[in-house]
Amino acid sequence: MSELDVQIPTTFDPFTDANADDSGAGTKEYVHVRIQQRNGRKSLTTVQGLKKEFSYNKILKDLKKEFCCNGTVVQDPELGQVIQLQGDQRKNVSTFLVQAGIVKKEHIKIHGF
Amino acid sequence: MAEEETQMEVKEEVPDLTPFDPTKKKKKKKPVVQDTMDDSVDKLTEKTENLSVSEGVENAFAGLKKKKKKPVEIDPLNDENVDAGEDVDDLIGEDEEGEGIVLSQNPWDGTDRDYEYDELLSRVFNILRENNPELAGDRRRTVMRPPQVLREGTKKTVFVNFMDLCKTMHRQPDHVMAFLLAEMGTSGSLDGQQRLVVKGRFAPKNFEGILRRYVNEYVICNGCKSPDTILTKENRLFFLRCEQCGSGRSVAPIKAGFVARVGRRKAGT
Repeated sequence: MSELDVQIPTTFDPFTDANADDSGAGTKEYVHVRIQQRNGRKSLTTVQGLKKEFSYNKILKDLKKEFCCNGTVVQDPELGQVIQLQGDQRKNVSTFLVQAGIVKKEHIKIHGF
Repeated sequence: MAEEETQMEVKEEVPDLTPFDPTKKKKKKKPVVQDTMDDSVDKLTEKTENLSVSEGVENAFAGLKKKKKKPVEIDPLNDENVDAGEDVDDLIGEDEEGEGIVLSQNPWDGTDRDYEYDELLSRVFNILRENNPELAGDRRRTVMRPPQVLREGTKKTVFVNFMDLCKTMHRQPDHVMAFLLAEMGTSGSLDGQQRLVVKGRFAPKNFEGILRRYVNEYVICNGCKSPDTILTKENRLFFLRCEQCGSGRSVAPIKAGFVARVGRRKAGT
């Protein structure tokens, strides 16, 4: 009886899910949205950690159109591709990514003040 | 049926004893057995209060006892009634009413309803707070002073009481500094008076938000929410151990992430 109870959950392996979703401390899976100050009251927003499968250029195009700002995709040697936008777009970016269904809300980390 | 007899005794005693405490008598319209039970419960109450709760109440009771002119009989009577009351409780199966020792300021006074769990809980905590307040769990909040921030020139910000805050959090200044700089995406250093100089313009509010996040992530214990924790490094991983409850957890290392090139580029690159 007890063996049966143990056997049943094996169809759903909790570890595969954990590995796929959180991968250790969960640092890999987060999408980091950062801000960086420039000269004067200008700033930059960087979006790092989007999934590799997405076409960064298409996302960037929509982001630029949506927020009326310029931006680029930067190739970083360690972190891969990073989206860079002009101005403080952290709130906008996070709402956009959630609404487009690209990232879940709990996987977005907004840094900066 | 000895219990029956005791109940009868109780019932007989009821009119005699009711003026004993007119304020605490519940105005319940219930069958007779219930009434006796309630009375015995009341007596239980009074007994407990006499034993522990407060001096003033006891004095009042003493006065009442004198008016009744039979102070000696009350104690054995009380004992008997307590026993009878418990038996009645078991018989009827209304333990929650039996256990509800009634104080005069309770919200269910004068009503017929059942006691809510929250009310009973708050009542327990009131009693606990009166008798031994150190057990009641009134947690002192650790207050952190707000960050004092100065502007140095137009492009640098000085965080004056950085060391104080590190000490109140019991964290290494290096660790706090690394987190602050990574979050703000700038560079900075400690100056001669151990103040933190950060490149860029920041308001005190910004520092506060980042410090709050730091405290949540690297100071507060997840289990008991106490800030009394120690951060240790064990083979390249940071672990947080709580001094209050002994629980531990691992914390994420501080990573600066992507920092874009800002400012003038050199001619060569």
